[in-house]
Amino acid sequence: MSEPVAEIEVEIQNEEGLHLRPAVQFVDVASRFRSAITVSHGSVQADAKSVMEMTLLAAACGSRLKIRAVGPDASDAVAALGELVAKNFPPTSKPAEAKKEG
Amino acid sequence: MKLSDIVCFSAIVPELEAKDRNGAIRELVGLLHQSGCLGRNDPEKLIRAIIQRENEASTGMGKGVALPHIKADGITEPVAAVGRSSHGIDFRSLDKQPVYTVLLLVSPKDNPDKHLQAMEILFRNLNQDDFRRFLRQAQTVEEIAEVIRDAS
Repeated sequence: MSEPVAEIEVEIQNEEGLHLRPAVQFVDVASRFRSAITVSHGSVQADAKSVMEMTLLAAACGSRLKIRAVGPDASDAVAALGELVAKNFPPTSKPAEAKKEG
Repeated sequence: MKLSDIVCFSAIVPELEAKDRNGAIRELVGLLHQSGCLGRNDPEKLIRAIIQRENEASTGMGKGVALPHIKADGITEPVAAVGRSSHGIDFRSLDKQPVYTVLLLVSPKDNPDKHLQAMEILFRNLNQDDFRRFLRQAQTVEEIAEVIRDAS
């Protein structure tokens, strides 16, 4: 039996492209899923669960990326990542705890 | 542009005194300031801004590396400080592992292209297992400087 596959194409719209902080957010979301997820930008492909690889996509503003997930939760994964990009990487709701210094 | 064009060689710390994230940021910005790499920027303001951004979203990218960065007025070229911690520092990284190498980048506010170019150079090198390993193993300013001079 073959595994479910889901695919979506998205356009990066935030000014700085898929740079470090958005890439970290992307990987954070991708890592919640069991599916294997790859992101491709032209001929470059990255593992969506590796920040190191994601930063190498060099996805500037306006880049079109293809997100492909293979696994039991493929469609949920692709939906969540598509939403993250569509919403322009909203700040995470995690409370900032390091108020004690600085 | 190469990595050695970005790094301020007088802002290399082989063993950070700081044991926490904010302290490490403070130490590295202070050193960039002392080295004259920050123009007229108030180091305190930069430190606060970097910490605030870090609270919003960590630049701890995993594999023992953090890349705090900020844009500032009054400088024309991106400039980076390099700090190493053998103890490891909690940067609230994605992989929840301590950070052994901190590369702190300050870029010119009015030149986003240069900022992105500098980030890409950092990413390109940090993606190399050997580069991360050599940086982590280097124990003196000179050894770290050599790793940086050899980098692409």
